[in-house]
Amino acid sequence: MEIPAPLLRIEGVSKSYGGVRALDSADLSIAAGRVHAILGENGAGKSTLMKVMAGVVAPDGGRVTMAGRDVVFSTPAAAQAAGIACIFQELSLVPELSVADNIMINRSPKRFGLIDRRRQRERAEAALARAGAVDIHPRTPVKDLPLSRRQMVEIAKALARDPRILILDEATSALTAADVERVLALLRRLRDEGLALAYISHRMHEIAEISDDCTIFRNGRNVATYPSGTKSDDEVVELMIGREYRHVFPPKPAPRLGDGPPRLELRGLSWTNRLKDISLSAAAGEIVGLGGLDGQGQRELLLALFGALRGLTGEIRVEGATVRVGSPRQAKHKRLGMALIPEDRKTEGLMLPMSVGQNLSFAALRTYANLGFIDRSAEGRAIDEMIVALSIRVARVGSPAASLSGGNQQKVVIGKWLMTAPRIVLLNDPTRGIDVGTKQEIYVLLRRLADAGAAIVFYSTDYAELIGCCDRVLVLYDGRVKRTLVGEEITEKALIASALNLDVGAARAERTPGRAS
Amino acid sequence: MREWRFWLAENRSTLAAFAIFVAMFWIYVGNHPAGFTANVVQTAANKGVLLALVAMAQTMVVITAGIDLSVGMTFVLCNCLGSYLLAGDAWHTGVGLLLVLAAGAACGAVNGLLVIFGRLQPIVATIATGAIYFGLALWMRPDPGAADDFNSDFADFFTSKLAGGIPASLVSLAAVALVVWVPFSRSAIGRTAYAVGSSELSAYMSGAPIRAAKFLVYTLAGLLAGIGGVFLTFLTYSGEASSASGGTYTLYSIAAVVLGGVSLFGGSGSAIGAIFGALAFRTIGDLLFVFDIEPLWQPLFQGVVLLASVSIGATRLIGVRNRLDLFG
Repeated sequence: MEIPAPLLRIEGVSKSYGGVRALDSADLSIAAGRVHAILGENGAGKSTLMKVMAGVVAPDGGRVTMAGRDVVFSTPAAAQAAGIACIFQELSLVPELSVADNIMINRSPKRFGLIDRRRQRERAEAALARAGAVDIHPRTPVKDLPLSRRQMVEIAKALARDPRILILDEATSALTAADVERVLALLRRLRDEGLALAYISHRMHEIAEISDDCTIFRNGRNVATYPSGTKSDDEVVELMIGREYRHVFPPKPAPRLGDGPPRLELRGLSWTNRLKDISLSAAAGEIVGLGGLDGQGQRELLLALFGALRGLTGEIRVEGATVRVGSPRQAKHKRLGMALIPEDRKTEGLMLPMSVGQNLSFAALRTYANLGFIDRSAEGRAIDEMIVALSIRVARVGSPAASLSGGNQQKVVIGKWLMTAPRIVLLNDPTRGIDVGTKQEIYVLLRRLADAGAAIVFYSTDYAELIGCCDRVLVLYDGRVKRTLVGEEITEKALIASALNLDVGAARAERTPGRAS
Repeated sequence: MREWRFWLAENRSTLAAFAIFVAMFWIYVGNHPAGFTANVVQTAANKGVLLALVAMAQTMVVITAGIDLSVGMTFVLCNCLGSYLLAGDAWHTGVGLLLVLAAGAACGAVNGLLVIFGRLQPIVATIATGAIYFGLALWMRPDPGAADDFNSDFADFFTSKLAGGIPASLVSLAAVALVVWVPFSRSAIGRTAYAVGSSELSAYMSGAPIRAAKFLVYTLAGLLAGIGGVFLTFLTYSGEASSASGGTYTLYSIAAVVLGGVSLFGGSGSAIGAIFGALAFRTIGDLLFVFDIEPLWQPLFQGVVLLASVSIGATRLIGVRNRLDLFG
């Protein structure tokens, strides 16, 4: 099959964040009139690549050419001016503004220097019609729309710019099945109109349905490009595997048969349409992993356990007794003894302007208070002990938390919760964006906590961590437990296959247990 | 040596407010015809304490990243109440004082409940309640005045000079700071108030009592504004429902708080800084008097000095390399 000359070509582009190499001299060519699917597991570099194309991130090196000419997109506006439109996973809409305002946000038609509201509305309506979302009224405030409708507005907004290249990053993940069909039909139409489309998705059947070409990324590098439909699912999984195992994990103890009820048990937990009938049990001394692609309900599951979600159905049991967790405050109470290391340490974990010491003691502040007044010497001693125990590198306990490196900030968040002496530790991707050394310290710490009798539920987007740390892994897909892997079954292949909701790879993985690392 | 420098860095904004105040007051006294005498200090202190108390009230709320636009009206309401209740013999006056302070605290508590349970934005809730408090004050005192048996001896005591020429009002201010601010800043709930201002989400996810902390700051703000109102009654021997003075004190309290190094984004600063901010701001106004400038120029001059002092605090932004930090 002849592939037409590429419209956008990326050659040898690299990008590092701190010490982490997100893109390692990656190549990609996108041609007009074709849909190019980009695949890869979490952290393979897909999103960074999109951000380079969109002008959001400046690459450290490499070459980007468009229609044969060198281009440099230093800002998102420059990329847009060149005809590149992006639809990102994180929505870029302003919730307080109307749909029409959002669609025409930086190119509203003017009359005498003022926004021409009528023409703006006409254009917005045209864009919505082109996106096939005529049911959305242009005057609705975006915040009143459900997520699936917002995603359609996002698509209309991209189309209103008349792009030559359209990049979609997980654009269908929030959509209903009917909308997905409409979006796929729309994408086919756009392709026939001669647009070049880059399509990132984890949904294999959508990729099979729509794409013309596929490129697989691994470790920040493109490892294979092939015409769609020429490789089996099994071959695709093989190509996606192959991350190096750089981390040293502490040895796992032999499974212990505990007596009595498990420390934490869930039965049929559901919440809106994000969590569906989840059952889980974690014994004292056990590390239970949550796997799967990002955004399949893992975060919601941890928040539900920690009392941050309303309207849960199902049962949560702690040490055999059914409990109701109404707020994080109740969750951390001695009766339940839970701790949650949140996903985003900067907004949910730390008070950045406050000192390291104040952050560390904050969750356990009651322990150091007499009649409501803080016993500063007792607090200070406990803080010093925690800083030594976790070897947090800080000039002084009085320095603001904002002044620490990412790894040390994460240690502060973990230390803050260890000070409450938790019996159930929930972790939401705790090693994201931190250095390898600190990661190893965290692995060792988790195992030590488990050995000391805590039950640990650990969500990670890094499959290597799940394999290296966990006694058991629950793989979530679309809010459901897709598969539970125990002990030797926890292999990268089994994890990826069940994360992609493929049965072929999983079956193979069961035939060959154990994995050379 | 190192410890000393860290202490300096942590208290930089409070010290800066103190330095601005000292500089202003130095210029003021240096050019005052009477010079540095106990009387000059007493007059300045009596005037300054009013704004200092209202600024302390504002600080409480600002620490949680809120703002209280009703402090000035609570101040005026308690002034009017005081003109009725600070009367009669010592026992009656004492009970009256407690009632006035309770009314101030109640005004604050209402704000707190509206913000916490009504989920109103602090600025909106307090604009509304401020109007209500002023309405009550006006209803109570349509015309300025005081009770016939107003206890002026009691009032005089708080505006007099103590042994050694120290103004009683300053001592009272220090006592309020010691009794209200110091315990607050050292309590678990006070720490929670700072945490709410730094990152309410983090505070919530830490299982901190954020509702109790918010309720406390608004209530304390009402109480402190009430103490300010009582002092106004002491100074004027009367109550007056003056819309102008309520509005002015509200706005000046925000200026004083900023001058005192309290971040309007919440989470940092101290009421001690705000006290010096208030005293400095008052002195700016008095400077015009000693330089014999027409009073017409006072607002303009105050504005310029305020801008200049706040700009000093913004100089750290010049060194910011990552533009995203500007929004943090």
